[in-house]
Amino acid sequence: MIGYVLRRLLVAIPVLAGVLVVVFLLLRLVPGEPCTAILGERSTPEACERFNEANGLNEPLVVQLGIYAGNAVTGNFGESIRFSRPVSQIIIERLPVTLELTIAALSVAILIGIPLGIAAARRHNSPVDVAAMAFANIGVSMPIFWLGLLLAYLFAVVLLGTPFALPPSGTLSPGSRPLPFFEVWGFDLTEGFGSTIAEFVSNMTITNALISAQWAVFTDAVRHMILPAVTLATIPIAIIARMTRSSLLDVLGREYIRTARAKGAGDRRVIRRHALRNAMLPVVTIVGLQLGGLLGGAVLTETVFGLAGVGTALFEAITARDFPIIQGFTFIIATTYVAVNLIVDISYGYLDPRVRLE
Amino acid sequence: MTLPPDISVPDPESLTERPGAMWRITIRRFLQRKVGVIGLALVTFMILVALFAPLIAPYDYQENFIGQPGAERWLPPCVNALGCEGTQHLMGLDGNVRDFFSRVIYAARVSLPLGFTTVLIAIVIGTFIGAIAGFFGGWTDNILMRIMDVVLGFPSLILAIAIVFVLGPGIRNTLLAIAIVTIPQYARVMRASVLAIKEVDYVSASRALGSSSWRILATRVVPNAMTPLVVLGTLGVATVILEAAALGFLGLGAQPPTPEWGAMLAAERARIFTAPHLMIFPGLAIMVTVLGFNLMGDGLRDALDPTLNK
Repeated sequence: MIGYVLRRLLVAIPVLAGVLVVVFLLLRLVPGEPCTAILGERSTPEACERFNEANGLNEPLVVQLGIYAGNAVTGNFGESIRFSRPVSQIIIERLPVTLELTIAALSVAILIGIPLGIAAARRHNSPVDVAAMAFANIGVSMPIFWLGLLLAYLFAVVLLGTPFALPPSGTLSPGSRPLPFFEVWGFDLTEGFGSTIAEFVSNMTITNALISAQWAVFTDAVRHMILPAVTLATIPIAIIARMTRSSLLDVLGREYIRTARAKGAGDRRVIRRHALRNAMLPVVTIVGLQLGGLLGGAVLTETVFGLAGVGTALFEAITARDFPIIQGFTFIIATTYVAVNLIVDISYGYLDPRVRLE
Repeated sequence: MTLPPDISVPDPESLTERPGAMWRITIRRFLQRKVGVIGLALVTFMILVALFAPLIAPYDYQENFIGQPGAERWLPPCVNALGCEGTQHLMGLDGNVRDFFSRVIYAARVSLPLGFTTVLIAIVIGTFIGAIAGFFGGWTDNILMRIMDVVLGFPSLILAIAIVFVLGPGIRNTLLAIAIVTIPQYARVMRASVLAIKEVDYVSASRALGSSSWRILATRVVPNAMTPLVVLGTLGVATVILEAAALGFLGLGAQPPTPEWGAMLAAERARIFTAPHLMIFPGLAIMVTVLGFNLMGDGLRDALDPTLNK
C-alpha cells in the first residue's frame, strides 16, 4: 500500500510542475509586455523600468520561472493589483467558500444519486426506471448556470411568501455578523500557521457556525447554501444515478445473487448485503471523477448566486486584468484538483486491492 | 451430401460485400434503440433549424423595433394564436427591442458549427498525438502523455477560461480553447486503441511485408481505432456546446451582437425577476441540443459495442 501511495505521489509531482509552468506562462503569452498588461494606463517607460526591476522581469525567462516557482511553493503569489493585498490572503478568504459549496454539492449528489440509481435498478424497465433515467439524461444536458437562474426565480420570486422561499444570493442574510469560532471558544489567535488555518476554517460559514454553536447563523447559512448546492449537484446526481443503476444491474445478474435468492433472502437483504457492496466500487470512482467538473461548475454557480468564492474572484480578476490573482487562483484550483484526484486514487487502491498491483 | 432445405448456399455477391455489412448492422442496431433515435431526431431538428434559420425566423437577429407601436424593451411573448392582438413575437422582445425568437433561432448557427468544428479539430490533433504516442512508445510516449496529464491537471472550464483570457474573447478563441482542453481525452483513447491493435497479427504481417511505420499507422492502426472515437466525438459535441455556452455566459465567448445562447442568458440575467421569458428559451435551446447529442452518443455506443449483442 505504501509503495502504491508513493507511486501516485510521484506521478502527481510532474503534473503540478507542468501546471506551474502553464500558470507562469499565462502572463508572458498575453500579447504585449507584462508591464503594459499589468500597469495598463500607468505604464510609462519609467514606471515599466521600475516595475521590471522590482519584479525581476529583466532576468532571463528561466530565472524568472525559477523565482516564480520558488515563491509559489511557499505560497507567495505576489500582490493583487486591484486590492494591493497579498494574493495568498485573498485565497484564504475565498477558497473556503468554494470548498464548502463543492462539499455540499457532492453530499447532495451522493444522497440523491445513489438512492435514485438503486430505485431504478430494482424496478428495471418500470416507469420508475424510465423516469429516473429521463431525469438523468436531462440533468447532464442542462447548462447549470441556466438551472441556477431558474431555481432562483422559482424559489425567490414564485414561492416568495410561502415557507419554501429561499434566498437567491449571498452566503448570509444582510446584517448577519457571525463570530469566528476561535473567538467564541476564547482563543486568541493572532499570528503563525495555526492562525492561518483557523482563519481558513472560520471562513467556511456553515462549518464555523456549526462548531461554535451559533444556531441562528447556521440555519441562515444552510438556507443560503441550498440553491447553489442543488444547482451544482445536478450533473453529478445524474451521473452517479446512472452509474449506480448500471453497476447494480450488472451485479444483480450474477450467480451469487441467484444463490442468495434461492436461499430465501428477501429483496431488501439481497440488495443491501449482497449486491450493493459489490456494485459500489465503480460508483466510488465516478464520484471522484466528478470533483473536477464541480470545481469548474463552481465558477458558474458562484457567479449566478453571487457567492464570494474562488470562481467569482477569478472572474472579477479577468475583467480587471489582475494578473497575480488570475495566476494564483488558477494554480490553487488546479492544485486542489490534482490533490483531490490523488486522494481518490489512493482511496480506490485501499478499497480495491487489485488496483495496487497494476 | 445434401443440405437441409432451410440452409441455402450464401450468395457469392454478398460475400464480397463484407466490409459494408458491419455498418449496416451498426445502423440497424442503432435504429432499434429508442434512445439513439430520439437523440438523432433532436440533433436533426436543430441542424435543420440552423440551416433554415432565415426562413424560420420572422425577423433578422439584429433588427430592432424601437419606436414601433406596442414595442417596448423586455416585452413578454405575444402569440396571435393565443389571443394576443399586437405584432406577433413568439418569445417577446429583448433588452435591445429585438425579436427574441429570431435571435434564439439564429444562435443555432453559432453553437452547432462551433460544436462540430471544435470536436473535429480536437479529434484530429488528439488522434495524431495518441497514435504517435502509442505506436512509437518509449520517450515519445512519455513526453506526449505527460503534457496531456498537465492539461488534465486543470478542471477543463478553468483552463478554457485562462486560454480565452490570454487569446482574447470571441468565438474563434472559444473554439481553440475548448479544442485544447478536450484534446487529451481523444489522445488517451487513441493511444489505448493503438496499444491494443499494435500486436495483432495483421499488423505484424504488414510489418514483415516491409511497410513503413507511418504506412502501418495510417492504413492499419488508425481505421481500427475509430469506433470509440465516433462515440466519444458525438458526446464531445454536447460537452463543447455546454462549455461554449458557459464561456459565453461569463462574457468570454461570442461578443454582441452575435446571437449566442449563453451570451443571451448573460445579457438578460438581471431581468430574471421581471422578464423570466428571456431566461427560459435560450437555456431550453441549449438543453435540447445537448440532450440530442448525448442521447445519440449513447445510442451509438450501444450499437457499436459488440459485448451488448445479447
